[in-house]
Order: sequence, then C-alpha cells, then structure tokens
Amino acid sequence: MPETTQATINVKLKVKRFDPADAGGKTWWQEYEVDIHPDSTVLDSLIEVREQEDGTLAMRCACRASICGSCGMKVNGSAKLVCKTRVVDVAPNGEQLIIEPMGNQHVVKDLVVSLDTFFNQINRVTPYLQPSFVPEQGEYTASNESMENLLTSMNCIMCGCCVSDCTVLEVDSNFIGPAALAKAWRFTEDPRDSKRDERLKALNDEDGGMWDCTRCMKCVDVCPKGVAPMDRIMELREAAIEAGNTNTSGYHHTESFYNSVKKNGRLDETRLALDSAGWTNIPRLLDLVPIGIAAMRKGKLPPVIPHKAEDHKKIKNLYESVEGESK
Amino acid sequence: MKYAFYPGCVARGGAPELYDSALAVMERLGIEHVELTKAACTGAGVLQEKNLKMGDILNVRTFAMAEQMGLPIMVLCSTCQGVMSQANHRVKRDPEYLAEVNKHLAAEGLEYKGTTSIKHLLWALIEDIGLEKLKDTFTRELTGMNMAPFYGCYMVRPTDALEFKENPTRETSLEDLIEAVGGNVTDFAGKSACCGFPILFINQANSMKMVANHTGTAKDLGADAMVTPCPLCHLNLDGYQPKARKQVRGDKADLPVIHVPQLIGLAMGMSEKALGLQKHIVSTKKMVRKAEALPVKV
Repeated sequence: MPETTQATINVKLKVKRFDPADAGGKTWWQEYEVDIHPDSTVLDSLIEVREQEDGTLAMRCACRASICGSCGMKVNGSAKLVCKTRVVDVAPNGEQLIIEPMGNQHVVKDLVVSLDTFFNQINRVTPYLQPSFVPEQGEYTASNESMENLLTSMNCIMCGCCVSDCTVLEVDSNFIGPAALAKAWRFTEDPRDSKRDERLKALNDEDGGMWDCTRCMKCVDVCPKGVAPMDRIMELREAAIEAGNTNTSGYHHTESFYNSVKKNGRLDETRLALDSAGWTNIPRLLDLVPIGIAAMRKGKLPPVIPHKAEDHKKIKNLYESVEGESK
Repeated sequence: MKYAFYPGCVARGGAPELYDSALAVMERLGIEHVELTKAACTGAGVLQEKNLKMGDILNVRTFAMAEQMGLPIMVLCSTCQGVMSQANHRVKRDPEYLAEVNKHLAAEGLEYKGTTSIKHLLWALIEDIGLEKLKDTFTRELTGMNMAPFYGCYMVRPTDALEFKENPTRETSLEDLIEAVGGNVTDFAGKSACCGFPILFINQANSMKMVANHTGTAKDLGADAMVTPCPLCHLNLDGYQPKARKQVRGDKADLPVIHVPQLIGLAMGMSEKALGLQKHIVSTKKMVRKAEALPVKV
C-alpha cells in the first residue's frame, strides 16, 4: 500500500432528516462534519457521524462491500450504494455532500426507506422459475451459454437505486419499474422457463408494463451492478413484438418509425403521430387536431408529404440487405 | 472550424426555427459546414427497439460519409448526439462487429475506420470555439435573465459513450453557456430528467405530468425561459405545454422553451424573426422584450 500523504480528510455532509414521531412529520436538513481516512466511502463517513456525533441518525447498511444492497441512498441527487462510493470521487475538493433517502419509495425514518414498493413491483412479475417439466433426478440444468446471457440481470442485488431514480415512477406509481422488468427478462430468457409467451403478453398488455418506460437511461446510469435495466426492457419489447404482441401504441410507434426511415431515409413526423394514435382510433386522432392547428398557425406543421433523404433508395436497399440476412 | 453538418429530422421538420437559428449563428461565428443530405435518420433509439443492428448500420454509414470528407459531425439534437455516440461506441470497441457492419456498406463504396467524432453545436461552441471567443461576438449581456437548463436524456447518459470523462466540460455545458451570455441559471432537479416525449403517444397522461412538472417548477423558481439542446424535448415542453399545464396544474402555459442557438442569437443581437422565436407555441414575446430592453455593448 502506498503511504498516504494525508492522515485524514474533512467530509461535510448535509443530510435530509425525517422522524415520523418528531417535527410534526416534516423533513429537515442537518449538517455534519467529520474527519476520516482519505480512502473512506460515503458510508464510512455516515457511520462516523452516527457513532461519534449523532446516534439518532437512521440508515441501513450491512456488508460494506456492495453485495447486500442495503445502503442505497441519494448522493447529490443521484441514487448510489454509499459503500461503493468513495468520498474523494464525489467531493474531490471537499465539497459538501447532499445526502437524501432514495426516491419513489416511502421514507420510514431519515435515510431508511420501506422495501414494500420495491418488492410489490418485483412480485408483479412472478419472480420465480416456472419450468415445463420435473427432472426425473437431479437439478434443472441449463447450458453455460444460456446462463451467461442472464448474468446482467442476475447481478441485481435489489438495492432499489433504479426504482429511486426512475423518471416514470416519479409521475406514475403504477409503473412496474426497471428492477421488476429486468427481473422478468431474466425469466423470459431462461431456457428452462415454460411461461415465456404468457410473461411477455402480460407485461405487454398490462397498464404500467414494458411500454411505459421512457428510455431515459437513469436506471442504467445509477445501477451499481451493471444490470442496465433499460437495455433489458428494450430486449423485452423486441421479444414481445417477435412473439406477436402487436396491440400496443408502443408497437405501432416503433413499427412506424422503422418503416418511415426505410421508405424516406428519414422520419415522417406526421405519419408517426397518426400511426401511433392508430388510424381507426377516432378519439386519439381528434386529440392530435389542436396541436396540429397550433403548429400550422405558427408555420411549423411538419410536411404532410415527407421530404426524403437524397439517398432514400440506397437506404431502402440497405434495409433489404439487412432484413434478408436475418431471415 | 468546419463540420459535416447533420441537422436531424426535427430541425428540418417540426422545429424549423432550430435549423434557421443554427445557420444564422454558425454564419456569424464563421463556422463552415457541409450538410449531410444523403444521410439517414439516426433511428432515435426507437428504430433500435425493433432492430439494433439496422440502427447501427444507418449511423455508421453517416460516420463513414463524414470520415471520407475528413470532418467531424455536428448535430443540433441531444437525441441524435446520444444515439450516434452509442452506435460509435459499440463499433469502435468491437472490430468484429464493425467489420460486419461495414460489409453492408460495401455496396455503396463506404467503409468506416472508426475516426469520426460527433459533436452537438453546444459542445462545439465550448470545446472548439471556446466561450471567451464566443463572448466576443455578443452585442449584449442578458443580465438578469433567468434561464432554466434542460438537457434531454441523450446528452447526459450514458456518460461513457458520450465521453464525459475525456471532456469534463460536457457535464455543465448548458449552465456554462447560460452564464456566458450573462444570464442566471435557474437550477432545478428536473434538468436531466425525461421530458416525456418518447411516451407522448404511448402514455400521454404520464408525458403531460412530466411537461407540467418541469415547466411549472422552472417557472415557480423564477425562470424567464427554458433552454434546451434537444428539439424533441422542445416539441413536448413547448408544443404540449398548454395542454399539460391546464390538465395537470390548472394554470397557463407561460414558460418559453428556446433552442441553444436562439439563446446565443439573442446575445448576438439578432432579431426575433431571424431566430424564428415567433414560431413557438408558447409565446416568447415577454422574454424577447426583456432581452431587447438590455443595453447594447459599445
């Protein structure tokens, strides 16, 4: 170990506090300062606060090695496992750290959130293997390759960081959430599971299912274990379409986009809006009228007959060569 | 500086004022450009949901065209930036995949070697022109004007593909630009969240809540306008603001959502019309009058 030049560093913390039994149920901010070893994590500094300064500060932690998933919280507005977050990386110049409980989940006290939201979402996807047969002897086995494919999702330690920062859950608590969808993918891709089609159909049809994700990538950004939930959601969508689920606006949106570029080399915005609404869905079509009129009045309605890219024929040929290959 | 210019579908469609204002500002700055009129749409991440490889092939085709010209690509759209950066990231770290993609481009005599860089106008202004030089072109300081940044997801995530580590100024590019024009940054947590556009046709109720929350919060914090490098965010935050504000907050649409080159153009003293500010759904009049009332530098 190289010798450190500094014995300790000073860590400034501003912590969002909440005690249901105190302050009339209101939250408040409290500032702390501790001196700790330069290699310390944010968790180390919070433990220092609790042990040396303020025993009333509530938090949850256990393994200190980013495997138990207990210490998820927001650091400077973004969910992190604080045991995996070094102070020098988030406050290189001794800046004050803003510490809050995770978002989109009920706060029990200070930095502790209830696990109910998270597990209610997970439970919606039947989070266990539903095999088609019982082996006569031994375990259910699967090839190494098929299991390696599942590693991304199997790395999930259920810390809740993705749920905390999901921008859809922020406005819609009925959304099933990134963790549950990544978990669902883990079973739809498992060759031993017999309910792939049923799972895909349920998540395709369900309000708050796979199509409500906005693709904002917050979950990919904050996941401490590389699960990349949004990437799994995109794979679920692709699988759902392939399995014949073509009844959603999401499907029509994707299909229209794909075909628009195939035909014109670029996006036909008007057609995309109409296709996504559905040509026979009168209320949805009428809903587009006011924005169409407003855009027209401002002289910015996208052209009804789309401009084509100069090379649109070459682009179409490219599509055909790629599609021919995958057949 | 010279760029292979890729304005994107929306600047050539639903947000024409972005294209016009970008050209006006680029001309003033002496930025040369060749428009990539033969390039395809990036797929915006939507096409990629159906066929990721198809999307990568379309984007690599564009990179190869710019590479032949020996120019970096300039975009005007967070989504174009993000989707292109991700495609570039995938093929650059996987030579086998790049070779496979190149096979499809051979018919057109194209081959991508992996050397094209992609820069949003916002990044190019900071990294290639420099804020100090940019400031020299300003004829007025937008002192006292409060501007809320709104990035668009694809300009801020994922940070590895967007090369944030190599280019640390990207993290605060919008705030830095707002300060460079002399404005105050109206900071708020929603600045790097989703604008709701991708689910506009899929779950409109959720999309409207996002529009109302972001524009309402920024307004409550005193913003005169919101500035975005993403025309898709603009379409939703401007075009659907009247509906969203009424439906979700029961109030009126009152926050103009302007494009990056419009902000710069205002500081350069360009007219409302030259910047297409009259083409917005939410009126920009009050904000423009406030800017025009500020003293002109001598």
